[in-house]
Amino acid sequence: MARDERVFLMGEEVGEYDGAYKVSRGLLVKYGPKRVIDTPISELGFTGIGIGAAIAGLRPVVEWMTHNFAILAMDQVINNAAKMRHMSGGQLKVPIVFRGPNGPAEYLSSQHSQSLAAFWMHVPGLKVVAPATPYDAKGLLKSAIRDDDPVVMLEAELMYAWEGEVPEEEYLVPIGKADIKRPGKDVSVITYSKPLKVVMEAAKVLEERGVDVEVVDLRSLRPLDTETIFSSVRKTHRAVVVDEAWPMCGPASFVAWAVGKACFDDLDAQVEIVTSEDVPMPYNHTLELAVQSSVEKVVAAVSRVLYLE
Amino acid sequence: MAEKVLMIALSPTMEEGTIVAWHKKKGERVESGDVLCEVETDKATMDYESTQSGVLLEILKKEGEKARVGEVIAVLGEEGEDISSLLSEISAAAEETPKAGSEPDRPPAVEAPSPKEEPGPQGAQGRVAGGGVEDLRGRAALEVPPPAGRVKASPLARKRARELGVDLRLVRGSGPGGRVTVRDVEEAAKAGPAASPAASGGPRRLAGGREPVTPMRAAIARRLSESKRTAPHFTLTVKVRADRLLTLREQVNEGRQERLSFNAFLMKLAAEALVRHPQILSSWEGEAIRYFDTVDIGLAVALPGGLITPVVRSCEYKTVEEIDRELKDLIARAREGGLSPEEYTGAGFTISNLGSYGITEFTAIINPPASAILAVGAVTTEPVWEGGGVVPARVVRLTLSCDHRTIDGAVGAAFMAGLARYVEEPGRALV
Repeated sequence: MARDERVFLMGEEVGEYDGAYKVSRGLLVKYGPKRVIDTPISELGFTGIGIGAAIAGLRPVVEWMTHNFAILAMDQVINNAAKMRHMSGGQLKVPIVFRGPNGPAEYLSSQHSQSLAAFWMHVPGLKVVAPATPYDAKGLLKSAIRDDDPVVMLEAELMYAWEGEVPEEEYLVPIGKADIKRPGKDVSVITYSKPLKVVMEAAKVLEERGVDVEVVDLRSLRPLDTETIFSSVRKTHRAVVVDEAWPMCGPASFVAWAVGKACFDDLDAQVEIVTSEDVPMPYNHTLELAVQSSVEKVVAAVSRVLYLE
Repeated sequence: MAEKVLMIALSPTMEEGTIVAWHKKKGERVESGDVLCEVETDKATMDYESTQSGVLLEILKKEGEKARVGEVIAVLGEEGEDISSLLSEISAAAEETPKAGSEPDRPPAVEAPSPKEEPGPQGAQGRVAGGGVEDLRGRAALEVPPPAGRVKASPLARKRARELGVDLRLVRGSGPGGRVTVRDVEEAAKAGPAASPAASGGPRRLAGGREPVTPMRAAIARRLSESKRTAPHFTLTVKVRADRLLTLREQVNEGRQERLSFNAFLMKLAAEALVRHPQILSSWEGEAIRYFDTVDIGLAVALPGGLITPVVRSCEYKTVEEIDRELKDLIARAREGGLSPEEYTGAGFTISNLGSYGITEFTAIINPPASAILAVGAVTTEPVWEGGGVVPARVVRLTLSCDHRTIDGAVGAAFMAGLARYVEEPGRALV
């Protein structure tokens, strides 16, 4: 915001309240009410205003209190933000960022605890990023704001409390570039966002069993860095994709298909996916945990592709 | 009540099999249709699906052990059932019959009536066995349709096997259900030439030594020596001009992406000649001569570990293009060990073509149950006397090996004359 005065933030409780999750803490004081705008509860309306502002030459950041509420704004995002550049023959561009928490949280039941990554990833014209570390979050958000296309940023709610090293200085994490979070030689576990933590823990458990896991953090779901994914699988010959979305037509299913197609001759086993179970999120905490991907599920899937079971 | 589980014939020529792996443990429940164990036959490693249900009370043949067709490999029954008397009965019976592998020429030890006592069309358990004089092994194969003989291997293992020249059928898979993994292939390649005939490198000294006979090599040895020993072979050779046929093939292939093979043309012409000389399509069955009612032609295909004859059925009704397409598919799958027994057995006529090796003329051993095999040499350009002068002509030598019990010299010669005319003037086959 300091670098480019066209950038402004809008959303429910982003100003006076410092952000529903305190992501915009201090911004109102620093940049004033013209650049940090509290909106009414009207997702379709303020998302549309943001898109209009972007077309008019500003660079809005629209915060949705959660991606669950963004379902109301889907028409604006899918039909306007994603397509204006295409439909105007390149005359209009829509440099906007949509951000907010996504994915299962705790005690929020079916309507407020779900990963909607696939809904955005499905749409040509959108870019979709999903950081899994504070470092990547800063770098990706900066790249998203500077991008001339609409970018949807998925931030897991429970990750807001995570800590990690974030350099003060300016840096960018490029959109469309995955990151090897842990090099290994026996199996590629491909994931993004919050499940990275589960995967890293599973990798430790598997290491004790003599299995060397390579962890690929997608970071960007669209465009997808197939080069990094495929070169990892071509090295390890086995792949498990871990995702907190549902299995059907989800990010994991797509990645597994892409791996199966491109790396067919390099695979020594079937590709496995570990996702949320194919049910609405239960409220009961035991069930809530049971339907999500876990260390045990990842270890079991890796064991299956390594034929250890 | 406890029941014996017998080794069954999982391929038409199988006499004994090696238990590669048990999929069920002692005490485990088995449902009809469950894979009980994997059996390495003379052709491939196949799943043995149980036809009975019950608890696996005893395993009598451990992994790695051989069992003849008809031998008891396990006992199924109710949980807790006393099977001591059944076990002593089985071990007493086993002492009377020869051990598996000790006398390979003796007929299999079986409990069902011997085929000599029951030569009619009724098979064991009153089922119709088909050909009339099928032996017991054939009947067992009919009763339990064998699963496809495709080798289970990961895509990577298949690719690596091609690179290393490893025959996948000879590699024991360590993956689930015996799936061959890349490590299995690489270990097999390291282990030596048994599984990797194409492996090369190292000092210029031959490896030498002894190599255990693979089930496939054993089957080839048994069947061909039986054929050569029992069928009185005679051979007929004819040198024919192939100019017109080759020109026809060139014309037909012009502009085609998938070029039709010379063998597909030969098969079609042979089929046309066979329709006109049906005595060639016969099989000696001792008390009767069987005449085939379709023209099913096998083509001998060399594999790293032996050879196989994929069969194109009903060639008389198929176009050259259809024959060619089927041949290409069968050959590709044969090289991967993916043919099921019904795809490589029962040909009424066989063609063996060594022309690509530059062999101009040879004789082939008849592939039973057929009575004749056609050996095709290389096409060579030779001086031929024509119209009062010598002209260059493309010629091919065809040699027919016949079983004299079913085909007399004149019958074979008439067929060869007919075939020669079709090769020299392919248009005649249309008429």
